[in-house]
Amino acid sequence: MMKNSQVTVTKEIADDNYFYLRSCIRQNFFPGAEKVFLDILKNKLGKNIIDNANHISCTGIGYHSDIVPYETYQAMVARQFALMTEQGLKNAAVSCITSYGGYNEVMKTWKEFPEEEAKARKNLKNATGRRFEIPENISHSCDIIYKFRHDIAELAQYKLINKQTGKPLRIVDHIGCHYAKIFPEKGIGGAEQNTVLSAIVEAWGGQSVDYPERRHCCGFGFRHYLVKNNRSYSISNSKKKFESMEPYCPDMIITNCPGCNMFLDKWQYALAKIEGKTYSGDKNGIPVLSYEELAGLVLGYNPWDIGLQMHQVDVEPLLKKMRFDYNPDEKYLDAGGKFMGQPEFTGCLP
Amino acid sequence: MTEKRNIAIIGAGIAGQEAASVLAGLGYKVTLLEKQERMGGMLNKWSKLFPDFSSSQQILDTVQVSANKNLSVICNADISSITKENGRFELSDNSSLKVYADLVLLATGYNLFDATLKEEYGYGVFENVITSVDFEKVHKSGKKLTTLLGKEPRRVAIIHCVGSRDAKSGNTYCSKVCCITGVKQAIEVTRMWPDCEVFNFYMDLRLYGSKYDSLYLEAQKHHKVQFIRGRLSEISERQDKGLQLKAEDTLQGRPLRMNADIVILLVGMEACEQNADLCRNNTLDLDENRFFKSKNIHYARNISTQPGIFMAGSCICPMSVNETLESSRSAAFLVDKSFRSVQVEE
Repeated sequence: MMKNSQVTVTKEIADDNYFYLRSCIRQNFFPGAEKVFLDILKNKLGKNIIDNANHISCTGIGYHSDIVPYETYQAMVARQFALMTEQGLKNAAVSCITSYGGYNEVMKTWKEFPEEEAKARKNLKNATGRRFEIPENISHSCDIIYKFRHDIAELAQYKLINKQTGKPLRIVDHIGCHYAKIFPEKGIGGAEQNTVLSAIVEAWGGQSVDYPERRHCCGFGFRHYLVKNNRSYSISNSKKKFESMEPYCPDMIITNCPGCNMFLDKWQYALAKIEGKTYSGDKNGIPVLSYEELAGLVLGYNPWDIGLQMHQVDVEPLLKKMRFDYNPDEKYLDAGGKFMGQPEFTGCLP
Repeated sequence: MTEKRNIAIIGAGIAGQEAASVLAGLGYKVTLLEKQERMGGMLNKWSKLFPDFSSSQQILDTVQVSANKNLSVICNADISSITKENGRFELSDNSSLKVYADLVLLATGYNLFDATLKEEYGYGVFENVITSVDFEKVHKSGKKLTTLLGKEPRRVAIIHCVGSRDAKSGNTYCSKVCCITGVKQAIEVTRMWPDCEVFNFYMDLRLYGSKYDSLYLEAQKHHKVQFIRGRLSEISERQDKGLQLKAEDTLQGRPLRMNADIVILLVGMEACEQNADLCRNNTLDLDENRFFKSKNIHYARNISTQPGIFMAGSCICPMSVNETLESSRSAAFLVDKSFRSVQVEE
């Protein structure tokens, strides 16, 4: 079982009335994840959450690649906050880990250097005529799922149990670096022994499994991936993680960062192409799900409605372990019921 | 004249006892106050001492004082307040205890750094991560160091500067005794298990004392202890409960990943939390490391910022056993001198 942190890090997580800040990567690569998060909050938990179409990319990838200057970044944050202020909301719910780290960085900057906040206010006013209030609470959306994990457990239709063996599903987690490594007090459990995902897994009946490289970067690392010449460095980091988790025979990987989710999912395929091997003992690979997707499964959402067919590593073996009631024939049908095409094969090796 | 003078000493570790012994021997009325049930302080936790592997019990026995007509000992006395009224000090704990004295000697010692605060090392999370104090406990019991599963360790890593010289821990100072403790414990591990590989991870070795360097050479020549200059970044647990270490070998300029069966964290010395309480109703002051501040770091190391209050041992700064005893005798001398100068004035 996952060991609990010796250092108690608690943070305040708002319990209602959120302004949702989406993730570029999540909504592009795993489009059902944010949809199901919003649906769970609105329709299962009865919360008020506003998804404003006017908000923009946080530009975090550009910022961390030295393309977007910090001044511009602050103006972007100011604009997001202005949209929230205009809707009368004070609690930000952030989907992306990079954005979450970025918002916290800007908040810290403004606290330490008030002149930077004044400059951002001026820049925003000049550019858009908008004004903003500082949010009362900034939580990552995994914090919100963590906060309501027991409520979700009460509504659950499925537990994280391997029905074939009767034992809890063995789940390894990967915490995005920018969730708590920049500001340890902003992550449940702190930077080193983070418990936000392990607590979710255990609340839903699964077994959280520790592994040596749990804290290692997924391999994204921004410029390590974005600069083509550095991609071998990126993928070698992912390989290190998979090698580390392989002996524990995990049933799945849970992540809280959209980028990590994408890398840990798709790099398994890339590594299989390079090395001809997977780390799951079969040709499929280890399924990688985000906390919203896992919450969706626990609550009994149709896996194809929440976009699980968009994953490189096929989630069907996991669904079968859970004896999940689903229709495999609907896997590649679009929202209108039309066939939308399908990949040559799923998983990592044909 | 001396028998009319009352001295209160807070702390009955080796510093307090040594000073009490000297001052009572000079004829002063000494009250020795100890917050624990028994005297001896932190040295009770140690087995053998550097650099000669002599028994800490031998030191405890040597400095041990017992009550006599000039010396009274009060244990379970957790003094939290020192005030001065009408030329006398009043010391009190949180209950009804009150002790009056003409002069006060602080010998409150130190606390050990709480290794759980270095989360990345996993103390309290991974069972095979222990502290230098845990190791002393094993050594003192006469047992051999084994893994959690009771097996002989094939490789032990000793980590220097845990909670010392570390801004993240809030302690930027050097605890001074950890390096040589690490060398001593490395040798002790190899004496327990001659086939065990021992690695010491250090920032730089601060072996300042007489015979310390020769012990360092002995560790390398005769015990094959390997010293790696690099600070550990993290420890993780492996499936077999062994440990995976990540560090940087700064001499080779390369990152390093290593497996070990047991990791020993050399925990640093911290100022006692009660120090701040003791400063509340007087002009005692703390230094930037939260130890008691000296009136002058060079010529008045044992004299506090409050006239009439003196200091001995590691409540001033981290000290070894021999330095502590010297500091105590020095403090006792200054207390005596202080009384004598008053006597001359009278």
